[in-house]
Amino acid sequence: MFRSLLFIPGNNPSMLQNADIFMSDGIIFDLEDAVNINEKDNARNLVETYFFTTKDLPKNIILRINPVNSLFIEDDLKLLLSRKIDYILLPKANMLSMYVIDKMLSSLEEKNNLKVTKLICLIEEAKGIAEVDEIAKHPRVEALLLGAEDLTNELEIERTTVGNELLYARSKVVYAAAANQILAIDTPFTDITDQEGLEYDCSNAKSLGMKAKTAIHPSQLETINQIFSPTKKMIHWAQGVIQTYEKVGKGVFQYQGKMVDKPVIEKAKKLIEKAKIFDLL
Amino acid sequence: MLNALGRDIPSHLKPFVNSDDYKNHKRRLISKKIKQSKTVFLSSYKEAFDMFNIKDNQTLSFHHHLRNGDLVIREVCKLIKEKNIKGLHFAPSSIFPSYTEMIDLIMNENITNIHTNYLNGGVAKVISQGHLVGQLIMNTHGGRARVIESGDLGIDVAFIACPSVDKFGNGSGAIGKNACGSLGYAIPDLEYAKKVVLVTDHLVEELKEYQLSSEYVDAVLVVDSIGDAKGIVSGTTEITKDPIGLKIAKDCSILLDKLGLIKEGFSMQTGAGKTSLAVVSYVEKIMKERNIVGRFASGGITKAYVDMLEGGLFKKLYDVQCFDLDAVKSFNKNTNHLPMSSSEYGNPFEKDIIANDLDFVVLGATEIDLDFNVNVTTDILGNLIGGSGGHSDIAHGADVTIVISPLIKSRIPIIKENVTAITTPGQDVDIFITERGIAINPMRKDLIHKLKDSNINIFTMEELLNKTHSITGIPAKIKKDDRIIGHIEYRDGTVIDVLRKVHDDYIR
Repeated sequence: MFRSLLFIPGNNPSMLQNADIFMSDGIIFDLEDAVNINEKDNARNLVETYFFTTKDLPKNIILRINPVNSLFIEDDLKLLLSRKIDYILLPKANMLSMYVIDKMLSSLEEKNNLKVTKLICLIEEAKGIAEVDEIAKHPRVEALLLGAEDLTNELEIERTTVGNELLYARSKVVYAAAANQILAIDTPFTDITDQEGLEYDCSNAKSLGMKAKTAIHPSQLETINQIFSPTKKMIHWAQGVIQTYEKVGKGVFQYQGKMVDKPVIEKAKKLIEKAKIFDLL
Repeated sequence: MLNALGRDIPSHLKPFVNSDDYKNHKRRLISKKIKQSKTVFLSSYKEAFDMFNIKDNQTLSFHHHLRNGDLVIREVCKLIKEKNIKGLHFAPSSIFPSYTEMIDLIMNENITNIHTNYLNGGVAKVISQGHLVGQLIMNTHGGRARVIESGDLGIDVAFIACPSVDKFGNGSGAIGKNACGSLGYAIPDLEYAKKVVLVTDHLVEELKEYQLSSEYVDAVLVVDSIGDAKGIVSGTTEITKDPIGLKIAKDCSILLDKLGLIKEGFSMQTGAGKTSLAVVSYVEKIMKERNIVGRFASGGITKAYVDMLEGGLFKKLYDVQCFDLDAVKSFNKNTNHLPMSSSEYGNPFEKDIIANDLDFVVLGATEIDLDFNVNVTTDILGNLIGGSGGHSDIAHGADVTIVISPLIKSRIPIIKENVTAITTPGQDVDIFITERGIAINPMRKDLIHKLKDSNINIFTMEELLNKTHSITGIPAKIKKDDRIIGHIEYRDGTVIDVLRKVHDDYIR
């Protein structure tokens, strides 16, 4: 479970060195878009060396690989042999790329006795949006991440602070994730100087059902974490619901003048679980 | 002879005992100067040299309020070179990179000894490489006031750049084409130098308010320009964007909050670097959220503090020098933006100094060691890159002294088993904040107790050192040269460390 994921370019030694100190719930080590084509090997080597030589690694490690039809994919996936990677972030996810990555991963896992690799799928093409319900069903997939930059480029539309142009895509990702009980993660907000814009973008995404957001700069993490964390008031409410439930011992009761039944109890349990994961309790 | 911090000090010098030892000694004061005749007005540096018969082996002093924009010290240097005066003792309160004329004078033995509180640039380089024939003595800002008032540093002529002077000889930094604000560092020179020259490019009929009183002023030298006030800007008015700096600043604000230091009526001082400005910004946010009003902020004053004063977040600013032009403007117009002299700021023997009234200070470090001793004077090779300034004064005076720094700068670990040179003793440093956790001085059991149930990552200094070495490896030992080129004088006049020439292997 995440609130925030921070992108770090794989070819940036100083960022790698400090990857564990930021308040991100996970780090995405980027071998794809943030790395120039003539830096691909360097970035991969640097990330691999970092995995093997660093004592305090971040708590969730995600590797953003190059597309499955690129020259780099086989070498990128070999980093799984480090056994340090928690998730692969699959760029340009669609049913075809899902098929290919699944085959490649299965073969690699079998040959090297690796556990099943979990995927976060980057939904950043119209095709990905169209196929997102099917993508979300795949057993390897643990989360969907909306990639608005490539998507809006493809659609030839401009990204705005208000974000109406992303309403459909966000909603598609949110519903596909929710229907398959996986996580919906929002696209990064790309203006690192616009604090107000970031706050609005986080709140908007959250209101649509996004459960987490990616960051392209550590300075965005505090806001993201704050907005995607349960509030103190919500945690207090959830604790009250659970305590009352345990006390009355029945499935339907009143709490603070409102009826509580199974879905509300489940909501309260989820909230408490989140609060524990994020050290808010 | 070893001093109390284990540093080998030449036997003719007084070794450092501890930072409270000054309390066992009486203040020594020479008489303030008594002017013998009316203030005279001059029109050239040559006239001033002639009038005061400036000659070999004398001591000349300057302040550094115009910082990199100062022309006065440079013009004096030019004339010294022209007249080939030898063996001078220079006592500028700080030395900046633009003071390039000093380099030739050092190489040609026109200047042979220097007292200062801070230096960098070319002058620092030639001294680090051993070209000063005599000694470099590094003081603190408060210590400079003490060494002058005690007569230990006798000044023959003080050249005081002064942005405006009236026809009576009173001087002010608040107005004029090169206004620089407070002239706090010049006050000891004004009161105790044998001869005082105010150098100005803005002569007015009468100043209603002034910081420099004509009762001490022998001459006013009117020139075309004393410099360029734009050069006073300390380096930055922007908050850091570096993620490491931001994390350190954020963690610092969380720590200040957990310790209950951001409270109604509190007082604070920070440096003027980008990370310090981020700390100020986080503190400001907390103050606004909780409607907290602080009693005062002090030090070198920046726009960040001016904004807080104007926003009602602080009642007063105590200003020894302005770090930017916004501060200069505020100093001129805001009656709650008050000047202080360097003695009122940090002289250990002055009564009720501002340093002692500070609740907390946030300072930087070039190196810090396992005993929390801090170096802000040299780099690891021994090159002079700064100096105490007010570091040691406020570290001693404040209730809580916090040092902030990344664990690694340019692949070099900041924590050392022993720092290259001790500027501020570890007994006056309470907390060290890094991006990977904090260390609390074991002597501050009260702070450790307050934070024991917090979720702040607290480590021992040894643990932080090991963390650093796990990233960088253990650095090679640095070779030291035998030749002593000067020493760092603690604020009470004892010697806290010696300064050595940089080893030939590192001279480029």
